[in-house]
Amino acid sequence: MTAMKIAVCVKQVPDSWAEKKMVNGLLDREGVDAVLNDLDEYAVEEALRIVEAHGEGHTITLISMGPERTTEAVRKALSMGADDAIVVTDSALVGADALLTSEVLAKVIATEGFDLVICGTESTDARMSVVPAMISQRLGWAQLTFAGSVVVDAAASSVTITRVTEAGVDTMKAQFPVVISVIEKINEPRYPSFKGIMAAKKKVIDVRALAAVGVAVLASWSEVKDATPRPPRAAGIKISDEGNGGDALVNFLAEKKII
Amino acid sequence: MTQTLVLAEFSEGKVAKATAELATCGARSGEVAVVVLAAPGTGDAMAAQITTGPVASVLIIESEAFAKFGVAAVADALAQLVDAYKPLALLIASSAFGKEVAGRVAVHIGSGIITDAVDVSADLTATQLVFGGSTTVLSRVNHGVPVITVRPNSVTADVTPCSPSISHASFVLSENSQRAEIISSAPFVKGGRPELTEAQIVVSGGRGTNGDFAAVEAFADLLGAAVGASRAATDAGWYPHSHQVGQTGKTVSPQLYVACGISGAIQHRAGMQTSKTIVVVNKDPEAPLFEIADFGVVGDLFAVLPQASEGVRSRKS
Ligand SMILES: Cc1cc2nc3c(=O)[nH]c(=O)nc-3n(C[C@H](O)[C@H](O)[C@H](O)COP(=O)(O)OP(=O)(O)OC[C@H]3O[C@@H](n4cnc5c(N)ncnc54)[C@H](O)[C@@H]3O)c2cc1C
Ligand SMILES: Nc1ncnc2c1ncn2[C@@H]1O[C@H](COP(=O)(O)O)[C@@H](O)[C@H]1O
Repeated sequence: MTAMKIAVCVKQVPDSWAEKKMVNGLLDREGVDAVLNDLDEYAVEEALRIVEAHGEGHTITLISMGPERTTEAVRKALSMGADDAIVVTDSALVGADALLTSEVLAKVIATEGFDLVICGTESTDARMSVVPAMISQRLGWAQLTFAGSVVVDAAASSVTITRVTEAGVDTMKAQFPVVISVIEKINEPRYPSFKGIMAAKKKVIDVRALAAVGVAVLASWSEVKDATPRPPRAAGIKISDEGNGGDALVNFLAEKKII
Repeated sequence: MTQTLVLAEFSEGKVAKATAELATCGARSGEVAVVVLAAPGTGDAMAAQITTGPVASVLIIESEAFAKFGVAAVADALAQLVDAYKPLALLIASSAFGKEVAGRVAVHIGSGIITDAVDVSADLTATQLVFGGSTTVLSRVNHGVPVITVRPNSVTADVTPCSPSISHASFVLSENSQRAEIISSAPFVKGGRPELTEAQIVVSGGRGTNGDFAAVEAFADLLGAAVGASRAATDAGWYPHSHQVGQTGKTVSPQLYVACGISGAIQHRAGMQTSKTIVVVNKDPEAPLFEIADFGVVGDLFAVLPQASEGVRSRKS
């Protein structure tokens, strides 16, 4: 069996709990804590499990595009057990949309060559769920997305997944190379061990500028014209059930003309 | 007048309300052509269901490829229609499937993309609610034919009757789109209740139900509501994953959302906080979901819900 080359696409995002705001049509990333997109942890974990199930020699490379401090999130994924990382950082990428992001990621993936590319289903800041499909389209590779389970047959160079979406469950199959995205029900991501954290400090993060990737940036293909904060939801009426809570609830619905 | 292309939504063989909603958005800028992608021999019957909304024409493409290759095949067909018709925009319903199709089409035709719009204006400016509904964003595609996905249940559909002209088209399935094959398919069956994303009212249960959804379901049925669940409830196997509301479940924006025994984690809020009215029933007065509730009852859902059900029942009679 030849060694499998696996890429995992991970993104650094603002902490979900942080208050977010827009500045000049872009998410203000300066003022908030940044973390590894939690949905990408499932992708890292799945890659680790695939490697663990298939013996020695297989490699996991993280690929990420983002500002310089993206290396912090990448370090976390390295401490979970990935081998090395490629980070694309360039001032021309500020405000990149999904089209540009997928172009950059696809270019890196094509240059390095992989058997499997594994992504999360969504970045918690952009919430588009389109980048894996776009990467697949750009590379012309099979798209096996929204996987609730992944079975890799390394000898046959094939992957079978169950695709779990709001519509139902499909079983899908394809030959290498494939682009996979995994849903959060697929596994329980491990916490980095102390040993993992120490080892990650020595792992190589190859930081590349756009020119080295070979992508020329056009103007962004979509633009934010306006962003206005909506008035925060004021907490309304709160009552304590003293035996008539259900009736009070119904009265409220009647006043609102909902019933 | 130039055309706007709309991908028809069907659910369990029936045309979904989202189709008329998309047509309503599209009709503001152009004449709406609805695209029906169907299995061989079924397209005309599906097209015949499109009887409401501002729809000028229906374009049918029949192919086995849609069921066999899914997203990739649908994207091929739509990209080729865009090339042929040069529409003002392509509108698709927001779902895991719809967004992936939109993503592939956008790459195909070299256009910008906007997902999860809650409205689209005549000049194709899309309104989005981001950061959990705390910010309204207006955005526009400024390159190519805009590909926009619109959330179901967010615009009021124009449901005037229509009798669109019907025609058939074909497409060429690319080799790349055949690389991943759907071997088997098990669509979720919805049962008698309304579809979560289309419902006017959603009643959801969380860990606080302790696995007993009877009180939640009874209240939902009295209100004609859909039933939702938190991830804690779907993870425990108490309710199907297809009913999960939240970041990794469905996004709902009904007139009324009733959360029972749900604490209000940020991932749950992400899927429901743009609901018009929010009602929370929770034993714990400190539950964070009370912060965004229009009406909160601090109490045991097993006492509050049956009483509320009784109250609705007596009002009805
Ligand atoms: C990557 C990721 C994605 C996620 N995606 C989602 C998602 O899509 N949707 C989602 O919902 N969650 C999601 N979560 C999980 C989320 O973080 C919470 O764990 C989950 O929402 C909690 O569910 P809950 O509110 O039902 O349970 P809990 O937080 O345990 O809350 C239960 C509540 O019930 C109350 N209660 C108990 N008994 C009663 C009673 N008899 N009467 C009234 N109240 C009672 C308690 O006071 C408590 O407030 C995700 C998490 C991660 C990490
Ligand atoms: N800038 C990025 N760098 C690396 N991976 C990304 C980036 N953006 C998106 N991805 C991957 O694509 C998935 C879906 O993201 P999105 O389409 O933005 O919701 C994420 O879970 C990541 O795996």
